[in-house]
Amino acid sequence: MKFVDEYRDLKSVKVLTKQIEEVVTRPWAIMEICGGQTHSILKYGIEELLPKQITLLHGPGCPVCVTPLEQIDKAIAIASRNDVIFTSFGDMLRVPGSKNDLLSVKANGSDVRMVYSPLDAVKIAEENPNKKIVFFAVGFETTAPVNAMSVLEAKRRNLKNFSILSSHVLVPPAIEALLSSSDCMIQGFLAAGHVCTVMGYEEYIPLCEKYKTPIVVTGFEPVDILQGILMCIKQLEEGRCEVENQYNRVVARNGNEQAKKILSTVFDTIDRKWRGIGTIPKSGYALKEIFKDFDAEKIFDVGHIEQNESNLCIAGEVLKGVKKPVECSAFGKECKPETPLGAPMVSTEGACAAYFHYGKNKFNAVHTDLVK
Amino acid sequence: MTDEKKINITPGFSCPIPKNEYDKILLAHGGGGSLSHQLISKMFLPQFDNEILNAQHDSAFFTHGKYTFAFTTDSYVVQPIFFPGGNIGDLAVNGTINDLAVSGAKPLYISTAFIIEEGLPIEDLWKIVLSMKEAAYKAGVQIVTGDTKVVEHGKGDKIFINTSGIGIVEEGIDISPKNCKEGDVIILNGSIADHGVAIMSAREGLTFETEIISDTAPLNDLILSVLSLSKNIHVMRDPTRGGVASTLKEIALSAQVGIEIDEKEIPIKEEVKGACEILGLDPLYIANEGKVILFVAKEDAEKVFLEMKKHPLGKESRIIGKVVKEYPGTVVMKTIIGSTRVVEMITGEQLPRIC
Repeated sequence: MKFVDEYRDLKSVKVLTKQIEEVVTRPWAIMEICGGQTHSILKYGIEELLPKQITLLHGPGCPVCVTPLEQIDKAIAIASRNDVIFTSFGDMLRVPGSKNDLLSVKANGSDVRMVYSPLDAVKIAEENPNKKIVFFAVGFETTAPVNAMSVLEAKRRNLKNFSILSSHVLVPPAIEALLSSSDCMIQGFLAAGHVCTVMGYEEYIPLCEKYKTPIVVTGFEPVDILQGILMCIKQLEEGRCEVENQYNRVVARNGNEQAKKILSTVFDTIDRKWRGIGTIPKSGYALKEIFKDFDAEKIFDVGHIEQNESNLCIAGEVLKGVKKPVECSAFGKECKPETPLGAPMVSTEGACAAYFHYGKNKFNAVHTDLVK
Repeated sequence: MTDEKKINITPGFSCPIPKNEYDKILLAHGGGGSLSHQLISKMFLPQFDNEILNAQHDSAFFTHGKYTFAFTTDSYVVQPIFFPGGNIGDLAVNGTINDLAVSGAKPLYISTAFIIEEGLPIEDLWKIVLSMKEAAYKAGVQIVTGDTKVVEHGKGDKIFINTSGIGIVEEGIDISPKNCKEGDVIILNGSIADHGVAIMSAREGLTFETEIISDTAPLNDLILSVLSLSKNIHVMRDPTRGGVASTLKEIALSAQVGIEIDEKEIPIKEEVKGACEILGLDPLYIANEGKVILFVAKEDAEKVFLEMKKHPLGKESRIIGKVVKEYPGTVVMKTIIGSTRVVEMITGEQLPRIC
C-alpha cells in the first residue's frame, strides 16, 4: 500500500539498524512519548533489532491510560442515567473505574454506544431530541480539534441535548513533568508525530533547551521509529540537543493553524490530573465558560468523586518509564486485558497491553534463532 | 454413559454458579476470544460433560454401525444482514458446511431455524431464502428441516438464523489437533480479513475505491479434493471469528506444538489492508468465511498445495508457516521487518457483530 509499505520496508530497516549500530558507542535511554509508537515498537519487534546499549522507555502518551479513575467514575455515573445516551471511542469502554466499566453499564441496560467520531455523536443528538447525548472527549492534541468541532457543530445546529465530558491532556507539560522528576532516566525523546501534526513543534524548543534533552518528532511506522531513534542517538553521541523533525512528510513547524484556532476558540488550558502520575500544571483542556451548556461536568451533578488505584498496579511507574510492564508482579496474572487492574492494560496503545498482546514476556524465554 | 454419571443428575438440584469475572453477559462473551472460552470451559463443558463434546472439535463425531458422522450447529446474527458479497442466508449455509468440511466430513443435510423480528420486509426474507437455496445447491447439500419464530418489534434485530448440519466421514480420515507433528506445513487458501472488513465497512458506511467483498463460500469441494489426495492432512480449521491469529493459537494450545508463521507470506488484499489501517484493525484477528488453514505432513505438502492452487477457492493458496518443536502452545511470527513476535488470541475487542 502506497505511503505505508515504504515505511515497513525490510531493506530500509536493515540500512537504518546498521547505521544505528555504527553510531552507538555507549548506553542511552530514549522515551517514545506516544502509545501509538509503543504499539508499533512491540508489534514489529523493533527493540530486538536495536543494539543492546539502547533502552526504549514507554511514555505516558496513551490517552486511555492517563484518564484518571474519577473521570471514568463520572462517565459511568452519567452513562447510568436513563435520560442519557453515552457515546465514546471503543477502547474507553473497557477501562475499569473503581467498581465497574462502561461495558458493564451497557450490559445493565444503559444506552452506551461506540462511535468512530464525535460528529457521529452530534448526529445521534439530532436524531434523539428527547435524550441527552454525552461524548467522552478523551485524547491528546490529536483528537482535541475534532472534539472541539463537535461542540461548534452542535452549537451551529442549535442542539440543546449534546455535551462532552472533556478529559483532554497535553504532551509538552507531561514531558516537562517527566524531565523535572528526580527519578528521570530519560536522555532523549521521540515526540508524538500526530500531536505535532496539529500543534507543530515550536513549543518543544524551550523544553529541549531547558533540560538539555534532544527531542525528535517521529512517525509511527517501523522505518519512522528507527530513523527517529537514529537521529536522537546521533544528537546524544555528538553532544547536541535540538528539536528535529523526522516526520516531515506530515508535520510542519507551525502545525495546523486552522485546528489550533478551533482549539483556542473552544478550550481553556487547565491543570489536569493524570492517572498514575498526578496533577500536572496546565496539562489539559476544559471547555471555555461560553460553552458551558455543552459541558457535561456542568450539566450533570455527579458530586465529588475521588478514588484510589489498586495497590498492585504500578501503572504510574510504567507511564513514567521507570519500570517496564513485565516488572509488575500482577502482569499477566491478576492483570490481563480481560481483567485490567490499570489502564495501560486496556488500550492497545497501553504499554502493558502491548507487552501482553505481543508476548514480550513469553518470547524472551523461548527466543530461538528464527530471525536468522 | 456410566451409572455413576446418571446418579449425578438430580432433578431440582442446582449446582452453584461458577465464579465469573462478570455477573452479566457482555458482548465479548460471544466474541470468540478468551471470555467465550471461559463460558465454554466453566459453564458448558462441565455441565454437559460427555465424551463427544469434550473432544471439542468444530463438529461432534459419533458412529453408527460402520459409519462415522459429523454434526455441528452455528447461529448467525450478522448486522447488516445484506453486505457486499453475500447476506445472512448464504453465510449461515456456508458456515455450517465449512464447519463440517474442516472436520473432514462430506456435508449431507442441513437444518435451519429463523428468529425473525416483526416488521421484516417479506422481500428481504425472500432474498435470504433464495441465497440459502443457491448456497445449498452449490455445495451439494439439502436443507431438510427448519423452524420459524417471530419476536416482537425491538426484541430482535431483523433476523437471526441458526443452521445445523450433518455429514459423513470417510473411513481413514482423522482430522484433529492431536495429529499435529513437528515439520507439518501450514497452508492457507487465500487472502485474509475480507469478510470482517466487508461487514465493518458496510456497517460504518465506509466506501473505498475498490469495494471490499466478503469471502463467504462453501469450502467442502476444495477440502474433499485434497482429502482424496492425501491421508496426511492432520488439522483443518476455518479461521472465522478471531481470525487467523486466534485459530493458530487455539491449534498450538490444543496440540501443544509451536507454530512459526511468516508475516510476508500471509496474503491481504490492498483495499483490505487500507481499510484496516483506517479502522485501526489487525487483519490477523479479523473474521474470514471462506478460508481454511491446513496442517499437512511435510512429505505431502507440495502435492496438497498444488492441488489447492487448481481449485477456484484455492488459487491464491500460500504456505504460511510450519510446526516446530520449540515453545509448545505458542505462535511466533517473523514480521515483515525481519524481527519476531508472539501472536496471541483475540481478547474481547470492540468489534461489531460479524457472523
